[in-house]
Amino acid sequence: MSTAMKKKVLLMGKSGSGKTSMRSIIFANYIARDTRRLGATIDVEHSHVRFLGNLVLNLWDCGGQDTFMENYFTSQRDNIFRNVEVLIYVFDVESRELEKDMHYYQSCLEAILQNSPDAKVFCLVHKMDLVQEDQRDLIFKEREDDLKRLSRPLECTCFRTSIWDETLYKAWSSIVYQLIPNVQQLETNLRNFAQIIEADEVLLFERATFLVISHYQCKEQRDAHRFEKISNIIKQFKLSCSKLAASFQSMEVRNSNFAAFIDVFTSNTYVMVIMSDPSIPSAATLINIRNARKHFEKLERVDGPKHSLHMRMR
Amino acid sequence: MSQGNKKCGEEEVEEDETLAMTGDDDDDDDDLDTFTDGDLDSGCEDGVLGCRDPFSSEVKPRILLMGLRRSGKSSIQKVVFHKMSPNETLFLESTNKICREDVSNSSFVHFQIWDFPGQIDFFDPTFDYEMIFRGTGALIFVIDSQDDYVEALSRLHLTVTRAYKVNPDINFEVFIHKVDGLSDDHKIEKQRDIQKRANDDLVDAALERIHLSFYLTSIYDHSIFEAFSKVVQKLIPELPTLENLLNIFITNSAIEKAFLFDVVSKIYIATDSSPVDMQTYELCCDMIDVVIDISCIYGVMGNEGGIPYDKESMAIIRLNSTSVMYLKEVTKFLALVCFLREESFERKGLIDYNFHCFRKAIQEVFEVRLKVLRSRKLLSHRRRSRQATPNGTPRVPS
Repeated sequence: MSTAMKKKVLLMGKSGSGKTSMRSIIFANYIARDTRRLGATIDVEHSHVRFLGNLVLNLWDCGGQDTFMENYFTSQRDNIFRNVEVLIYVFDVESRELEKDMHYYQSCLEAILQNSPDAKVFCLVHKMDLVQEDQRDLIFKEREDDLKRLSRPLECTCFRTSIWDETLYKAWSSIVYQLIPNVQQLETNLRNFAQIIEADEVLLFERATFLVISHYQCKEQRDAHRFEKISNIIKQFKLSCSKLAASFQSMEVRNSNFAAFIDVFTSNTYVMVIMSDPSIPSAATLINIRNARKHFEKLERVDGPKHSLHMRMR
Repeated sequence: MSQGNKKCGEEEVEEDETLAMTGDDDDDDDDLDTFTDGDLDSGCEDGVLGCRDPFSSEVKPRILLMGLRRSGKSSIQKVVFHKMSPNETLFLESTNKICREDVSNSSFVHFQIWDFPGQIDFFDPTFDYEMIFRGTGALIFVIDSQDDYVEALSRLHLTVTRAYKVNPDINFEVFIHKVDGLSDDHKIEKQRDIQKRANDDLVDAALERIHLSFYLTSIYDHSIFEAFSKVVQKLIPELPTLENLLNIFITNSAIEKAFLFDVVSKIYIATDSSPVDMQTYELCCDMIDVVIDISCIYGVMGNEGGIPYDKESMAIIRLNSTSVMYLKEVTKFLALVCFLREESFERKGLIDYNFHCFRKAIQEVFEVRLKVLRSRKLLSHRRRSRQATPNGTPRVPS
């Protein structure tokens, strides 16, 4: 009997930096425009997000106003910072109080070092859409260097994000990828599958969020940002469909150079298969996908205590 | 996706009857074979399209976009024809010189923005307004509804009266723009006010004959596309034929709704006779977005020369409410997007055959128009060549 695995994810950052908006878009099907309606988060908002069936993300969205922040480092310290798997710290790129931001960030890191030294740290430099396009790379590089320096001895991975484009998906895909227990096994199986059906590329998405959790490619593709773009494209389309009280089930897109198939795969995932030989009839690929489903369903069920034990022993 | 924009200030060869009598191609006038596309069409546009393309700029509807500074013209152009996200338009800089942009290579619509900083000087000799107005099918005047529109209305009046004198056949369309911030009641009120004032101005000038159409638009939702669709549809003389073809196609294929879309701009140029539901239209727009975006990522071979939308472009989207959306390429610019039930889609072979006939018919419709225009052109060219040359001696037709 596999029980659901709970992973604690801390979402922290100054008030107004965009934590709740991000969470709403990725996990609650908000479109970017809807996030305008969100108000300030009071104290900590807990949400349990089911991910990939039996993985539960215990998301702690910590309100960033000063009074709350002070609280977190004093009376609530143990409660908040213990058993953390992932810390996501959000920086507003337009912030005028860089010193204060860094001070809070460092306090977080200290608390993490004491209570959950194995936690993975992610820094999101957010609201990048407010920066002029030609400045974005420069500004991000500066922040990244500063943050990496300040984070030592802990390692942090930095992403630049905005709710208005696909960069949000790239960051969260990477974060979630760290939390999936059997990701290696998934990738091996995906590779076998892709090779058997002669696909150019196969992507596996989590069903609700459309974050890419695994992929295989047999040759270099032109666009290095395609994963997050696809996540964004399909998620947006999914939301458009829901306006008509419909939801999309599967998709096939072709032109003379390729054929793409997006379909429900297991109970928790979607698959996208790219074939560059358009002469292979759709029916063949669709049958292959259908036959592979059973195998991958079995993989998903083989989760649970066995694997989490594995992780602790490391 | 980059479109075929011309830089500001480039001249465009006007292709109607006002060609200069400089004696080009005199010897070949009576020879139909030498009438290549190069003679018919403006400058660099159809070099890309090639001779065989039935959709030269002559067949395309021609639209002018005018309005005061900061009314939103460049943003509209970018969002509708260049797939820019509305949020990015905040970064667009003010157009600070007289700028004319053409979007014609990749869209079915031949579309020009005339962007003027400050006052339009109708007496400025560097711009031949008469020539422009004469070749125009529709003039869209953009009014910023969030601003004080008294000046906009007076400029509208001036522009409309000027244009009407040159070409009484122009369709005048007024976009009451930037209405995304207003409540529904407020929108209706504004429209009523602007409509009343504009029409009163015309009555005062004894020009009640001029008809203005008003649209509430915003780049933040689909209203701008819907308004454009209506404007473009008025300019397509073949519209009844296209609608007829669509009706026949959907009846014989058990399809619920079909649109003929211009892929680049997501304007629909024709639909069947059943009522248009805005949400269905929006979903079709979104489908086109998805298809083009995915094709851009995976379907473009080579470095620069690849096009995501080509002859074999097709998409099927299954919705779990047992509906299926089906997209098929019709021409280089146009796609057919249909809604049908799952059961009807089981007879895909039949639908594909019907579509094949439909596609051929559409291409014939446009070819006929091109032939008509060409022969008209030939006639007028012949007529001109039979007139006297500058020194007075009559030409001998060869």
